[in-house]
Amino acid sequence: MKVSIPSPLRSYTEERREVEASGTSLSELVADLDRQFPGIRFRMIDEQDRLRPHMRMWVNKVETRVLATALASGDEVHIFQALSGG
Amino acid sequence: MTTAAGPLFLSIATRKGLWFLRGDAQRVSWQLEGPQFLGHEIHHAVLDPRDRRTLLVAAKTGHLGPTVFRSLDHGATWKEAERPPAFPKVPAGEKGLAVNHVFWLSPGHASEPGTWFAGTSPEGLFRTRDGGVSWEPMPGFNDHPVYSKGVAGVGGTPDGPVLHSILVDPRDASHMYLSVSGELGGTFESLDAGEAWLPVNAGVRVDFLPDPYPELGQDPHCVRLHPLAPDVLYQQNHAGIYRLYRPDGRWERIGDNMPRDVGDIGFPIVLHPRDPQTCWVFPMDGSDVWPRVSPGGKPAVYATRDSGKSWTRCDAGLPREQAWITVRRQCMTGDAHDPVGLYFGTTHGELWASLDEGAQWRCLYRHLPQIHAVEAAELGA
Repeated sequence: MKVSIPSPLRSYTEERREVEASGTSLSELVADLDRQFPGIRFRMIDEQDRLRPHMRMWVNKVETRVLATALASGDEVHIFQALSGG
Repeated sequence: MTTAAGPLFLSIATRKGLWFLRGDAQRVSWQLEGPQFLGHEIHHAVLDPRDRRTLLVAAKTGHLGPTVFRSLDHGATWKEAERPPAFPKVPAGEKGLAVNHVFWLSPGHASEPGTWFAGTSPEGLFRTRDGGVSWEPMPGFNDHPVYSKGVAGVGGTPDGPVLHSILVDPRDASHMYLSVSGELGGTFESLDAGEAWLPVNAGVRVDFLPDPYPELGQDPHCVRLHPLAPDVLYQQNHAGIYRLYRPDGRWERIGDNMPRDVGDIGFPIVLHPRDPQTCWVFPMDGSDVWPRVSPGGKPAVYATRDSGKSWTRCDAGLPREQAWITVRRQCMTGDAHDPVGLYFGTTHGELWASLDEGAQWRCLYRHLPQIHAVEAAELGA
């Protein structure tokens, strides 16, 4: 399925804005992203499997912070980072 | 430590990226390079003194997770750690710690190339044995039932509690010190390469607890061990300047000998690389509500050449008034040349240098971002 990548993480995806990844859950999808782009997961998700603050994920335009969220073929996943501060 | 004669390499870690300052062997010509990792918050960047080639950098952005970048060519190319410092995952339902940022990097013993230690916020101790590729938590400290469990992540600095000043005895790789600025802070010693730790805080006064001399709870800002006399330690504490002669376990407050109107509050302390009786501090205003800027707006370095019995003001070349400088704990360092070069970076992005052990100062660069750390090293081939 298609996954959109925010600019702070594109150094991992060779500057690609959109990549393909697979999984039956967000957790599996992120694991697949990390296989393809080593290191990307830990920048997004901490060692307690919590999505880092300001990191946001949408599945088919519905926001979720639950990594167990189920995915189906054809779903679209958007990853955003809400920047704040100066 | 022998006297350095080669070109100099200063890493300047800032809130917005990393810069290098390269100086020739005579320290006459300087070239500022960077930024690298623009937009990343760099807390520490350290060149490995064992090969003078490997460079480790503690990085995060405002919102991305923390990591460590490695360079094997003085910063020309980089690779990210495959397993950055991270606390163990706890079972579901328990509240586990997550590394917010890597705060401190220390190369290991000369006999253990590839070994480095990292201190984090919240306070955690981590080790790599492969030059920074893969990091492991050190449970001897991180899981200690008193020093860490239940208190890690509480209190500490405005940026969170930090583990810092990781020191390895050059005579014995298994003899280490670390320090914590946190809820149960202080300095700790290990005689078994980090398996077991005991506090070494006797004599260090605490002015923010009912008991002024507790076993734990101090706030060491920066602790240094002399490379040629490893039984001599100095610390700039939250509330004073101290010296410790081992094997005695009691610190002596040598900051009492500072001028009363300046005081002995501050963050960094720098030791002379060859003379254990000489060190330099950068006093901060610790009066009233603790502004922690140069007292009176008149910045100065203070030097002692007799182990703290007396102090000399070193302010030639520094602003005479209206200069409200703050220098953080990792932001002052020295080289190994003769005379020793001293360098400090400020929170408003100025880099200052003295090439004559503090006698005369000049500003090398302005307009950098807030400086988090400055390290000086002699560059290898």
